[in-house]
Amino acid sequence: MSITRELTSKKAEESKGGVKWIKKPLFFMIMCCLTTSLVIVLLMSSGKEEETGSCNGEARVLYRHQNVTRSEIHDLVSLFSDSDQVTSFECRKESIPGMWANYGITCSLNMRLEKEETQCGHDNSKSLIPWNLINPSGLQQSLLHPENHREGLDWDLPSYLRNTWWCLIFGLLVCHKIFVSHSKPPNEIEGKTNLQDSLAQKQQQRACRGAGKWRKNILLLGVIAGVSMSVWWFWDSNQKIILQRRETLENMCDERARVLQDQFNVSLNHVHALSILVSTFHHGKTPSAIDQKTFGEYTERTNFERPLTSGVAYALKVPHSKREQFEKDHGWTIKKMETEDQTLVQDCVPENFDPAPIQDEYAPVIFAQETVSHIVSVDMMSGQEDRENILRARASGKGVLTSPFKLLKSNHLGVVLTFAVYDTDLPADATEEQRVEATIGYLGASYDMPSLVEKLLHQLASKQTIVVDVYDTSNASGLIKMYGTEIGDTSEEYISSLDFGDPSRKHEMRCRFKDKLPIPWTAIIPSGLVLIITFLVGYIFHDAISRIAIVEEDCQKMMKLKARAEAADIAKSQFLATVSHEIRTPMNGVLGMLKMLMDTDLDAKQMDYAQTAHGSGKDLISLINEVLDQAKIESGRLELENVPFDMRLVLDNVSSLLSGKANEKGIELAVYVSSQVPEVVVGDPSRFRQIITNLVGNSIKFTREKGHIFISVHLAEEVRESVNIKDAVLRQRLAVGSSASGETVSGFPAVNAWGSWESFKTIYSTENHTCDRIIKLLVTVEDTGVGIPLDAQGRIFTPFMQADSSTSRTYGGTGIGLSISKRLVELMQGEMGFVSRPGIGSTFSFTGVFGKAETTSSFNTKFDLAIQEFKGLRALVIDTRNIRAEVTRYHLQRLGICADIVSSLRTACTCVNKLGGLAMVLIDKDAWNKKDFELLDGLLNCSKETTTRPTKILLLATSATLVERSEMKSSGLVDEVVIKPLRMSVLICSLQETLVNGKKRQPSRKRTNLGHLLREKRILVVDDNLVNRRVAEGALKKYGAIVTCVESGKAALAMLKPPHNFDACFMDLQMPEMDGFEATRRVRDLEKKKIVSGEMYSSWHVPILAMTADVIQATNEECVKCGMDGYVSKPFEEEALYAAVAKFFESDG
Amino acid sequence: MDAHVAQLQMQYRNYILSLYQQGFLDDQFTELKSLQDDGSPDFVAEVLSLFFDDCVKLVGNMARALDQIGTVDFCQVGANVHQLKGSSSSVGAKRVKGLCINFKELCEAKNYEGCVRCLQQVDIEYKTLKAKLQDMFNLEKQIVQAGGIVPQVDIN
Repeated sequence: MSITRELTSKKAEESKGGVKWIKKPLFFMIMCCLTTSLVIVLLMSSGKEEETGSCNGEARVLYRHQNVTRSEIHDLVSLFSDSDQVTSFECRKESIPGMWANYGITCSLNMRLEKEETQCGHDNSKSLIPWNLINPSGLQQSLLHPENHREGLDWDLPSYLRNTWWCLIFGLLVCHKIFVSHSKPPNEIEGKTNLQDSLAQKQQQRACRGAGKWRKNILLLGVIAGVSMSVWWFWDSNQKIILQRRETLENMCDERARVLQDQFNVSLNHVHALSILVSTFHHGKTPSAIDQKTFGEYTERTNFERPLTSGVAYALKVPHSKREQFEKDHGWTIKKMETEDQTLVQDCVPENFDPAPIQDEYAPVIFAQETVSHIVSVDMMSGQEDRENILRARASGKGVLTSPFKLLKSNHLGVVLTFAVYDTDLPADATEEQRVEATIGYLGASYDMPSLVEKLLHQLASKQTIVVDVYDTSNASGLIKMYGTEIGDTSEEYISSLDFGDPSRKHEMRCRFKDKLPIPWTAIIPSGLVLIITFLVGYIFHDAISRIAIVEEDCQKMMKLKARAEAADIAKSQFLATVSHEIRTPMNGVLGMLKMLMDTDLDAKQMDYAQTAHGSGKDLISLINEVLDQAKIESGRLELENVPFDMRLVLDNVSSLLSGKANEKGIELAVYVSSQVPEVVVGDPSRFRQIITNLVGNSIKFTREKGHIFISVHLAEEVRESVNIKDAVLRQRLAVGSSASGETVSGFPAVNAWGSWESFKTIYSTENHTCDRIIKLLVTVEDTGVGIPLDAQGRIFTPFMQADSSTSRTYGGTGIGLSISKRLVELMQGEMGFVSRPGIGSTFSFTGVFGKAETTSSFNTKFDLAIQEFKGLRALVIDTRNIRAEVTRYHLQRLGICADIVSSLRTACTCVNKLGGLAMVLIDKDAWNKKDFELLDGLLNCSKETTTRPTKILLLATSATLVERSEMKSSGLVDEVVIKPLRMSVLICSLQETLVNGKKRQPSRKRTNLGHLLREKRILVVDDNLVNRRVAEGALKKYGAIVTCVESGKAALAMLKPPHNFDACFMDLQMPEMDGFEATRRVRDLEKKKIVSGEMYSSWHVPILAMTADVIQATNEECVKCGMDGYVSKPFEEEALYAAVAKFFESDG
Repeated sequence: MDAHVAQLQMQYRNYILSLYQQGFLDDQFTELKSLQDDGSPDFVAEVLSLFFDDCVKLVGNMARALDQIGTVDFCQVGANVHQLKGSSSSVGAKRVKGLCINFKELCEAKNYEGCVRCLQQVDIEYKTLKAKLQDMFNLEKQIVQAGGIVPQVDIN
């Protein structure tokens, strides 16, 4: 039992674990979602930072531009303010915007990008100069740049979403698969409940194992998928990082190139502006407004505008024809450049230069910035580079650059920019000749490239991370490096072209990162996390799977153990049953022999020994029977009979059986059956009797010297409706309420049975209530014994457990009886309970379901005649205790005697006259009072004269010795003393004795009856035993039957050919060759054939009765099965014979 | 004469009672005796003679069967015992019947020793009974010859 319970609880746990288990995938899904969202948020925020950073950079550049322009104008104004030439400047100033427009950079604001706009717009509001003054290429770039970012982001976001979705789907898939695989096996287990079938068990094991393997595969698949996802994620994000880095490089490089280009162009414009200044104030004015001093001062002061130029100089175009004139005007000769390098040479004195050789024209420097004042008077045309420059400049009208070369002073690489100065305003489409003609001078500026680039880069963000190289690529074969270092990662480079405004020269910028690609943590961390999570989840799953496997294995083991335990339990019960049975057989031998021994001539001592041995043997047999019962019930082999029986007779039996013991102890034993209980019920009388005997036996055992034992039987329905109880006894018992000192049979207090009835479910359950073929009986056995100690009440129904160990010493017994009784009651679909109070007594109650008998005919045919005799008589019951009087009345009613009750002799005196025609007066011994009785006797004697029948006086006593009884009788006061317990047979005997004066007519009547029945009947007796045959023949002949005897089944068959000549056949069962069963079967077959063939006679069915020595149920069933009509025990007993044949011959007789 | 008859009748009654008390006979014998009436005056004697003939025959059969040591046919012995049991219970030979019940069990258990012992007991028992009943019949005869009637003996 306990194993089963354990198993069930284990199962429940398992299922609970399953629920827990389902949570795990959920947890995993949530984890996945969290990590992916985290990663997305991180990436988005980093992108934003970059955007703002770059925007800031652009803003700075813009701001610087504005400042430069502003300060330039400011300077110019301040220079000219004192020389009253502001007007002309102003008109010039107006043309400046147009010049800016020449750059052709359009400002196309992308309105979609609101964030950037507002940010930059904020900057806009700060600036004082209107936006159209300076068209910020940087701004435009910065405006386009975020777009790239956004585009990149637009591409990023879906990819991440996709990742997340993959994650989710994968997770869901895994969950589902595992859930399905997990939920399947329990179903299988449930499906195969019959575990005893080893084949099914094996199959199931296999299934379980298969499921386990499948689960493992899923796990492996899941882990592989997780790892591959992690790797893919890493690769994907790493790729993105590289791409992003490259983009960043590109953007930065482009940005730098553009800024450099702009800066250079700004510088170029300044130089251009200077050239116009010179043309306006030097050539346009006579006399010239500019001399060396003015020029030097101005250029020095506006040098901040051209931070990239190391110096500017102005050379005049002098044709050879005007050389002398020129030299004369300026007071110096035109000198020739000594070396190719005409720029600032330290320690070089212009005076040391040779005069320029004779040429077509010269370009002597007339003005120069202070820094390059040494080149004044040097002919620029004499240097190869400068000459080409000058020629190209004046032809194109634009700024022209030389190829880079080393500047002497700073030892840096540099370029020289040359502008031509024209005396007239040339149209935009002027030809080269016109330009050459109009040329009056040249303005040159030298640029220091490295410092130029360096300054620029300083102003830009992330200068530390990026390395920039600038190359002159005009000559395709040989690149000239203008700026740059060798450091940095050369593996990835980005080239952006530079346009310095000179179409003949090409420059480009090459950018690369200073540092190598850093370790991509942003890619490693999430994928690493995924990897870790995968392994964690995998571990959890693995753990769960192995746990499931263990649990399943355990479950299997448990099942096996359970099956074994159950088998062992069954084996135990079977063993017990077998052993008990085996013990019983030899015990019967022992008892039989003892009995025989007692029958021999023994002296007193020997007799005592033999009797003791016999008694012990009987006790042992009864104990064995009890054990056998217990074992049978436990192994479920005990089946209840379903035969009709008279419950009242059974109770009479029990009470007469136990009356001896009860009377010995002086205990009053009373039986009461409610009138609502039908006479005949269908059930197992022997088991019912066993229960009652056990309970009453216990009660007698535990009741000492006083009190009563009261057995009552009611219908369960009677108790259910406690309001309107019709039964007088029940009403009185219940009306007493809970107080124990109410009316009881003996007057001693007893425990109210109501307490145990209340707990019965069967009483109050309404199911089966409607079914009228079933009756529920409630049996109560009340005693005034020692009661059961409170602490022992719980284990009273446990086998071999008595109230305490001293009980068996004091009272004997094994304590198995109650347990068996309870089980028997359970087999009767009832319940058993009790209430007990130590010192007061116990009341055991049980319910049982019985069937209603189809026939209402009574069983006690034995008493039928007597009952006929007593029917209609009237009686008076005088008893001080009402309940006891009711019990007496019940017994009288069974005999058909109508009884009235009075509580004392005195009251009887008053009413005895009213109740005329009393046949008897029953007086309880407790109500006995000689004085009052005499009074009553007098009254009765008065009426005696009038009635033909004298009223008989009967005294009811619990115990009275023979002496007492004879005394009473002889005194003439009473006619008979009846010893309780009352029961039908005793009552009939007593009444017959008193009323009919012991006339024994019954046997003679019966005999005549039997003779009457059998007279002239032709009867066939079949028996192989000659003696038996003869005896049977003699017996039947005695009743007037015509008997024919045959000695075998075959002979009988020959005689019994339908239509039959015999009225009945008595057949022995055990015969050689053909036994009684076989013979009967054949006879019945013959009869059937004849009936089928259509011949109809009255004597188609000959009654065949079995003669058998051992009348047991199985034989009886067998008899009926093979077509016999009944059986009589052998040798014939009158009554049994009468009962058996009466069925067939009654109608005839 | 009357006194002699009365004495015989007393003797007869006592003898019958002793037979009952010692367990030789039981109620069935009473029953058997009650079947004897004017229609069949020697019914009891007839039945008893049949019974004793049967006994001789059956005991002989069984003795033969049990003599074949090693190949004892317990089934046959059992059948014979059964017959004997039926006969003895019919006539109310209580001791023989009791022995037969034991004998049958021993037979079913194939207890050879027990069977042989039992058979001997049965042999002794039925012979004793025969002798006793013979005495009873002699007494009856004496009573009848003395002109008395055989009294009905109520055992209870």
